Amino acid sequence: MMREVLRLKSKNGTIFFNGLVKENPTFVLTLGMCPTLAVTTSAVNGLGMGLTTTAVLVLSNVIISLLRRIIPNRVRIPAFIVIVASFVTMAELLLEGFIPGLYDALGIYIPLIVVNCIILGRAESFASKNAVVPSFFDGLGMGLGFTAALTAIGIVRELLGAGEVFGFPVINNALAGLSSAIGMSEPPEYVPISIFVLAPGAFFVLAALTALQNKVKRSMQEKGRSADKIQSGCSTDCTACGESGCAHRFVDVNAPSGSVAAADKNGKEE
Amino acid sequence: MEVVIVEDNKFRVSSNPHVRAGDTTARIMQYVLIALLPATIFGVFNFGLHALWLVAVTVASAVLSEYLFDRGMKRKNTVTDFSAAVTGLLLALNLPPAAPLWIGVIGGVFAIIVVKMLFGGLGQNFMNPALGARCFLLISFTSIMTSFDCDAYTGATPLAAIRAGEQVGLSDMVLGTMAGTIGETSVIAILIGAVFLLVMRVIDLRVPASYLISFALFILLFGGRGFDVQYIVSQLAGGGLMLGAFFMATDYVTRPITARGQYVYGVFLGIMTGIFRLFGASAEGVSYAIILGNLLVPLIEQFTRPAAFGKKGTRKGAAK
Repeated sequence: MMREVLRLKSKNGTIFFNGLVKENPTFVLTLGMCPTLAVTTSAVNGLGMGLTTTAVLVLSNVIISLLRRIIPNRVRIPAFIVIVASFVTMAELLLEGFIPGLYDALGIYIPLIVVNCIILGRAESFASKNAVVPSFFDGLGMGLGFTAALTAIGIVRELLGAGEVFGFPVINNALAGLSSAIGMSEPPEYVPISIFVLAPGAFFVLAALTALQNKVKRSMQEKGRSADKIQSGCSTDCTACGESGCAHRFVDVNAPSGSVAAADKNGKEE
Repeated sequence: MEVVIVEDNKFRVSSNPHVRAGDTTARIMQYVLIALLPATIFGVFNFGLHALWLVAVTVASAVLSEYLFDRGMKRKNTVTDFSAAVTGLLLALNLPPAAPLWIGVIGGVFAIIVVKMLFGGLGQNFMNPALGARCFLLISFTSIMTSFDCDAYTGATPLAAIRAGEQVGLSDMVLGTMAGTIGETSVIAILIGAVFLLVMRVIDLRVPASYLISFALFILLFGGRGFDVQYIVSQLAGGGLMLGAFFMATDYVTRPITARGQYVYGVFLGIMTGIFRLFGASAEGVSYAIILGNLLVPLIEQFTRPAAFGKKGTRKGAAK
């Protein structure tokens, strides 16, 4: 019994970290690019967008997983959309009521969460095929991975494009501190590279952070730690797999061979 | 141009080309550097010593970026082909004379690392590195990059003055004693360099001629001033058009390979520059036109691909 619980726990942990790191929706799956590029002009906006999406993703994953035996296969996409749209509407009204500043900053991108392909993608490939608890962890991991990515992009863009982090003028403060330390009377002023808060800057930063992330992963693999995505049990990677009717896409925790556990074990043995 | 025929007495089979010219990348780049000297010297003479510092810092920043990138990525050192120096110099000639020195440093780093080396180095870059960096600077530091006030000149650039309906002295424009970026003002200095490159056969007239002629025709048709020679000549001589047409649009890497493609490319640049200058928000549009043309080069090449030798018909047959 105890072992069973531990095994379940590690399974959920694996699913959680799968979304957060190994299959990070932004840097690895490159899903949800519209909000990623559009709203990350500042760290606060990225964080707000990420957390809102996380809330919607967790709730919709849970509800879809609960209803997975009731929803007929032929109308599953409209059914998913209705569920997701309900949660997005709730999130939008809550934001408008309680955090109006963020609501104004995110603008049209809040209702657009409905068509965020991370949410529909996780519903289709995970929640509609797995039990409630793993679906919850999948949504949480994917959502927090998205949040971390958006916040990271937002921090870099805000730092270079405005000289600030979460609204604090850190570069100018640092320059003032440095110049007073050397004894300069007038501190130099940071001239923001404003292209980074404009559209092209989003592409620069996204590309640079994705490259950095790949480098970290490669060095992890060289040290012998598993950085592979969770596999479906067959030999091919699900993202490259042509068989769209496969019931084991991404993660199949109910499979008797226990592909997740096997991948986990392999990782530990190496 | 010197042609060296590789003699081989034995029946060794080597892959083509069997007849080689003595030109190397480094030598061509050196020719370009020499050709840019008149414009650089005139720029320094015209705008003062700060312009010289700006040029030096920008070139040094570009060369150093390439060297450090090669070192960091454990690649062969490519600084000796002089292409980074050419990029740095072209970028410097496109900077306003009173710009602070760090502008040149940032521009050089961006041109070499982001536009050139990250895409695979010389020959792989999808757009002209100097122009990519200029547009990066123009968007990032708009007020610095569009302020042409310096010790020597204040007030509007000739293009802005023409746009506002004023007359500009043609002799000043041809000689170059007016406001503008460091290297773009003197038509004479640029043409001296261009003639040198034409004589050395580093460039040919296909792109520059089709560019300038199509631009002049566009201005004639849509400029709204009829056949006003003064207006057309000042549009041709003003801004970065001459520098762009002879030194940037002719860049080997980012222009089409076939002759037909080069004509299409030149005409496209002429029309886009005309549209940007006449109908755009800014008085100048050469940089954006050339960058846009660079992006379309793969498409132009696909449509102007010649048929393979011995095959009848045109590219349709060749494509199969």
